[in-house]
Amino acid sequence: MKSLAELQAIKEKMQGKVALREGSGDKRVVVGMATCGIAAGARPVLNAFVEQVNAAGLTASVTVTQTGCIGICQFEPVVEVFEAGKEKVTYVKMTADKVARIVEEHLKGGKPVAEYTIGYTEL
Amino acid sequence: MIRAHVLICGGTGCTSSGSNKIINAFNESIAAHDLKDEIKVVQTGCFGLCALGPVVIVHPDGTFYSRVEEGDVDEIVREHLLKGRVVDRLVYKDTGNYDEHHSHVALSDTVFYKTQNRVVLRNCGVINPESIDEYIAMDGYAALGKVLTEMTPDEVIQVILDSGLRGRGGGGFPTGRKWALTAPNKAPQKYVVCNADEGDPGAFMDRSVLEGDPHCLVEAMTIAGYAIGATQGYVYVRAEYPIAVARLQIAIDQAREYGLLGKNIFGSGFDFDLHIRLGAGAFVCGEETALMTSIEGNRGEPRPRPPYPAVKGLFGMPTVENNVETFANVPQIILRGAEWFASMGTERSKGTKVFALGGKIKNTGLVEIPMGTTLREIIDEIGGGIPNGKQFKAAQTGGPSGGCIPASLIDTPVDYDNLVAIGCMMGSGGLIVMDEDTCMVDMAKFFLEFTVDESCGKCTPCRVGTQRLLEMLNKITSGKGTLEDIDELEQLCYYIKENSLCGLGQTAPNPVLSTLKFFRDEYVAHVVDKKCPAGVCKDLLTYVIDAEKCIGCGMCAKQCPAEAIARTDYIAPGHKLASFAIDAEKCVKCGACVGTCKFKAISKQ
Repeated sequence: MKSLAELQAIKEKMQGKVALREGSGDKRVVVGMATCGIAAGARPVLNAFVEQVNAAGLTASVTVTQTGCIGICQFEPVVEVFEAGKEKVTYVKMTADKVARIVEEHLKGGKPVAEYTIGYTEL
Repeated sequence: MIRAHVLICGGTGCTSSGSNKIINAFNESIAAHDLKDEIKVVQTGCFGLCALGPVVIVHPDGTFYSRVEEGDVDEIVREHLLKGRVVDRLVYKDTGNYDEHHSHVALSDTVFYKTQNRVVLRNCGVINPESIDEYIAMDGYAALGKVLTEMTPDEVIQVILDSGLRGRGGGGFPTGRKWALTAPNKAPQKYVVCNADEGDPGAFMDRSVLEGDPHCLVEAMTIAGYAIGATQGYVYVRAEYPIAVARLQIAIDQAREYGLLGKNIFGSGFDFDLHIRLGAGAFVCGEETALMTSIEGNRGEPRPRPPYPAVKGLFGMPTVENNVETFANVPQIILRGAEWFASMGTERSKGTKVFALGGKIKNTGLVEIPMGTTLREIIDEIGGGIPNGKQFKAAQTGGPSGGCIPASLIDTPVDYDNLVAIGCMMGSGGLIVMDEDTCMVDMAKFFLEFTVDESCGKCTPCRVGTQRLLEMLNKITSGKGTLEDIDELEQLCYYIKENSLCGLGQTAPNPVLSTLKFFRDEYVAHVVDKKCPAGVCKDLLTYVIDAEKCIGCGMCAKQCPAEAIARTDYIAPGHKLASFAIDAEKCVKCGACVGTCKFKAISKQ
């Protein structure tokens, strides 16, 4: 190790990899991963969130995790976004393709993507 | 892309309860469920809750599984990692605030952890101790970088002085002052030595740091080397810590590979290298001069001071010797500042202290708390209280060199000076909790047996004196003692303290003195009433069968290994069979009969 810059480079490279263990960020993205969710394709959605949150450098503020059945199986895959002090946002009938907009507009920009939410979908 | 980490404790405690098998099982199951690219399994250092091992933590949610068995692994993978359903039956039920509806207790939410303030142990159980990159991700080696590129050695010493850090090995000597005394001494070679010869029975703070965060020690010793002008360091660690030794060696090798040990570190022109020396496990080698004698290749015996190691230490050169926990504070102090460190703790004891909780307590394990936390908080809150509804009697700090804190002083804030004021000492951090079933004379005898074994024999007061002390204690516990013996015992204690060569002898009588101070009535009961109030000392016990309660079933007689129980002629009113009685001559006082009697007819008196 000849310089502080080298040390910093290793730190930055590794930080994203251990951030997962630092506890929850302000925003929590919870993917429903019960049998119904998995059957409807929740795993690609979960993986897309993990990848894109990392790529966007949001690991410090966003935690991506999973939960069991949320109870609205006909709308699976379901993704809920929790943020302290704000109302929960529920995205339904998710696909991996829809993830990019949520990461960009909601997680980064702070504005939920209304047309993907449960309120927008015919009940 | 990895979305979850499974942290599995690889400390000595969990390893002995089979965590290696759990790690293999996780890897296999994760591969079988095709989750290899999503889940990472990490072996970490000690999480602290050793009583509940093997411990497994799943992040990012922080779910805390305890006592995991090999057969449980597939269920955790299938349910939790694949489907997101926490396996409730394996989740740690927090002592204190467990609630059926919110059983998903994350590690950080438990009373055990919430009350703690982890500075020394901050990386233990969080990072993979065998990965230098993970240590760097947690700000590792940043303090060394700062020291070498921005600070002069004097500035480093000043920061340590200002922080108020005191030696965590037991003595409590200010670390900054030790460094400041060594730095100005000119010599062709100076040394930094780490005392990792953790010998107190029941203490394992240093082991945990070595196993869970070995790079922290490498970094801190290099900083110390820069501060005092030493280019060579030694870690003296006991051979009984194989996992710690292996991980420390890996850390040293990795640091050398990265150029964080060796020549011209960070291009600053400063050179430093580190070597491990294994101790054979003699308690006296925890004494600084004996430790250095042992590193030199000689028999581990202490020598008189002065000259102090700061002037003439290892190989006759100026040497700084600190304990593992002391060093582990250093990088954090450099990074976060002396004020931050000094903001924790009490007036004259700054920072935190790690304690190894053991004995009659629910959560045995490792805890780190700010100095000044009361014993009551440590035992009742963090420790979860005394098991089986028993009463707290006393806590022993400092192992065989320390003393006991009785229940009446349970609200004492624990720091160096308060403990000394009540005739105790901080020691390295072993904290053994005792309940009403502990005989204090017997406890003192236990520690004396240890020091008699471990006395190196160089000086007479310790070699012969501790032996005589033990004989007196044996006399008292066997019911042959007199009141004069108690007075002589006390006098001899003071004689040994004043005349022994090193810390081992000077502190060996402490367990006797402090129990005499707080529990003299128990000593008196042994010699005057010939009774052991706690019912421990066998020679003073008699087991008796209450003939009125005995129904004559004979279960106790079958259990008795000494054939000391026989049927009598007496039939109690209302019973059909003759009762049994114990022949006191034959009885070996093992107590085996008590548990067999369903009618509670047998008692010890």
